[in-house]
Amino acid sequence: MNLDAKIPEGPIEQKWSKHKLALPLVNPANKRKHKVIIVGTGLAGASAAATLSELGYQVEVFCFQDSPRRAHSIAAQGGINAAKNYQNDGDSVRRLAYDTVKGGDYRSREANVYRLAEVSANIIDQCVAQGVPFAREYGGHLANRSFGGAQVSRTFYARGQTGQQLLLGAYQALEKQVNAGAVKMHSRHEMLELVVVDGHARGIVTRDLVTGKLEAWAGDTVVLATGGYGNVFYLSTNAKGSNVTATWRAAKKGAGFANPCYTQIHPTCIPQAGDYQSKLTLMSESLRNDGRVWVPKKAGDARKPAQIPEEERDYYLERKYPSFGNLAPRDISSRAAKQVCDEGRGVGPGGRGVYLDFADAIKRVGKQVISERYGNLFDMYATITGDDPYTVPMRIYPAVHYTMGGLWVDYNLMSNLPGLHVIGEANFSDHGANRLGASALMQGLADGYFVLPYTISAYLATAKQPKLTSDHPEFKKAVDDARARMTKLLNVKGKRTVDSFHRELGVLLWNKCGMGRTEKGLKELLIEIPRLREEFWRNVNVPGSAESLNQALEKAGRVADFFEFAEVLVLDALDRDESCGGHFREEHEDQGEAKRDDEKFQHVSVWEWKGEGQAPVRHKEPLVFESFKPSIRSYK
Amino acid sequence: MSDKKMKLKLHVYRQASKDAAGAMKEYVVEDVSEHMSFLEMMDHLNEQLMNKGEEPIAFDHDCREGICGMCSMVINGIPHGGHRGVTACQLHMRHFKDGDEIFVEPWRARAFPVLRDLVVDRQAFDRIVAAGGYVSINTGGAPDANALPISKKEADLSMDAAACIGCGACVAACKNASAMLFVAAKASHLNHLPQGEPERYERVKKMAAQMDAEGFGTCSNYSSCEAVCPKEISVRVIAEFNRDLLKAQAK
Repeated sequence: MNLDAKIPEGPIEQKWSKHKLALPLVNPANKRKHKVIIVGTGLAGASAAATLSELGYQVEVFCFQDSPRRAHSIAAQGGINAAKNYQNDGDSVRRLAYDTVKGGDYRSREANVYRLAEVSANIIDQCVAQGVPFAREYGGHLANRSFGGAQVSRTFYARGQTGQQLLLGAYQALEKQVNAGAVKMHSRHEMLELVVVDGHARGIVTRDLVTGKLEAWAGDTVVLATGGYGNVFYLSTNAKGSNVTATWRAAKKGAGFANPCYTQIHPTCIPQAGDYQSKLTLMSESLRNDGRVWVPKKAGDARKPAQIPEEERDYYLERKYPSFGNLAPRDISSRAAKQVCDEGRGVGPGGRGVYLDFADAIKRVGKQVISERYGNLFDMYATITGDDPYTVPMRIYPAVHYTMGGLWVDYNLMSNLPGLHVIGEANFSDHGANRLGASALMQGLADGYFVLPYTISAYLATAKQPKLTSDHPEFKKAVDDARARMTKLLNVKGKRTVDSFHRELGVLLWNKCGMGRTEKGLKELLIEIPRLREEFWRNVNVPGSAESLNQALEKAGRVADFFEFAEVLVLDALDRDESCGGHFREEHEDQGEAKRDDEKFQHVSVWEWKGEGQAPVRHKEPLVFESFKPSIRSYK
Repeated sequence: MSDKKMKLKLHVYRQASKDAAGAMKEYVVEDVSEHMSFLEMMDHLNEQLMNKGEEPIAFDHDCREGICGMCSMVINGIPHGGHRGVTACQLHMRHFKDGDEIFVEPWRARAFPVLRDLVVDRQAFDRIVAAGGYVSINTGGAPDANALPISKKEADLSMDAAACIGCGACVAACKNASAMLFVAAKASHLNHLPQGEPERYERVKKMAAQMDAEGFGTCSNYSSCEAVCPKEISVRVIAEFNRDLLKAQAK
């Protein structure tokens, strides 16, 4: 597997500008001869589609939702980071890059991260020009707030709906291009296969989710912007439809899957209420600007929160991490919550919860101000739980939220499979082992607006692949493969529903490959997951036909892929015999903190699929830190 | 936390495909927890149906936290079920009681054809946005974001309108199946910002024309849309839209 990251030479501050000059160009007349296929219309996909079509490429876009505006980026609440230094508090490109590399526990590629920080300021400019209604101060200038893992205020936001507003900006840019005839948009189309011809990614196979029709689409390059795989855990904050199928199908065609064990558990979610639960709801990290996290000092203290006096409360984040306090990064805050609950000090049903208390903030600035800052989040909490967070502390618990792992890409955002580009959450490159808050939106839009539109020419100008159509035999074969898989699922006619398998897989993973992982638990999973997968293929019940709108069939295909992928995730977690960021191997800790092993594991683990029944093979891309020297990540 | 279990009688609209005839069908669903969301209750019913060898009820959903705009059910005659400021996915079963009879239907509007059961086609909304619901700026070359101050008041009015999630409840609630609240919210979001000003009048003209072409009805100011909007968008956006449209036509 060729894992040449193609990191440009030179000082980190000059890599991107030099690289842009060195990239070959496709002349305007030739751009329209190239067709770019983009899968996914979240921040990364929609921004790339709009920008590439503005440049003159033919763009064809696919999403499984009923409209491109519904991609899961829309659910991001808190904000987007940018090194604007509007607050004059000492922010800079270098500081943002440093915070991100450190936040990722020195497991990301620093050149990519530095570039991300460099283009972050352009993103805010672009979004404002599109009409994104960011929060403003009374003087008319943009407002900022602080977020976990940073000591400066660099986060831009639009109430608690930042993801929605940024996505609407990108969606509107996309629809502008649709109207101009420059983009062809296919909603309710799900990608089921990647088509590879002569070693190059040349197209995809989709299923029309309304009619069931399978179609092949040929192009000159394929861009996957299909998000993360958090739903492998069944319960997560991801939208129900979010899935691994597109990236996993690409992995099965030769694209390396990097760091699948890096999953982010977000500390502030509403705790699970029952077994029927279909998803978990995130409460924005921004709440930790004003909320104080605590549990009773005494295990098993069943008193109501108001009856527990101040001196009997443990504000454990403030105690353990005095310089960052309640704004400690996500992995650290989540782990701390798990620890106090494991000690029997958790609150609420089942003892899996901690308080997020606004009483002090309300005393300090008044209910009115708190309501202006977080009103919609408080309303959402009250709607779901029936409790009023203005008078009773919120109960929160960590939940799967984001996945840092993804398909391996080089500096040009191209995978090891020539012609396959991967952007946004679907790739692996920028967040290392832990993502800081407000960095996902930044990365999605950086990739789509300002990176891929430059780097895609590196492939298109040099690939020299023959033109082909979807009549090529490889396309026919891929359609047949997709059809055969669906037929197989429909023909099992077993006794258990898809969801019942998915739930069981999720519980297995959450218990043994969630916030805490051990060699013993992971090895057990390598027996339990294949056993459950085998039962799935023998006993799943998928009603209906392939020739109609069939949501059970859609789910079955996604869960089948989760089953294969889950095993690679666990293998990676077992192989990475260290703790870093969100990957916490209980064997490697120092007073509860993750203990890295830079000697052995300062690399990206990239997994190559070898076929059914064969063990996947792990390759390495060594990580070299020239600008940010790895150190023990302390937030104390 | 207590957990009351309920038994409910549901009447659900079933339609096998776009061209098939549809009908209401009765179901009894047991063991419904008061902590379930309405969609989790539907999941629960679907599990029961599939375990009996029947096909599940198709319904659109995705984020299940009230922001993607995908869920779309008329519950007891009211889009999203009639609790202020929530979508069907955020409606919790604690608002119902044991023995209740509940009617569940899709959005009904000529411009939103039913695809299956409770799933409708809302691409008309995308086409209306494509007609003019954007600022015509390409990527690159934007001035510094703070170069142009925007008063907090105007930015807030813009944001109030931009909160629209494009679910289509406004259309479903309207006796004319008008899309005015959706269309006017998009226009208001952009028209309150200086960036949207240059195309302001062209925008309203183009969006209004596309809305008519899609077969949505006209607005007769009943404000049912505002009452059901999960983001509580005010009909003031419709007044603004009409004023701009009049001005645009006079130009």
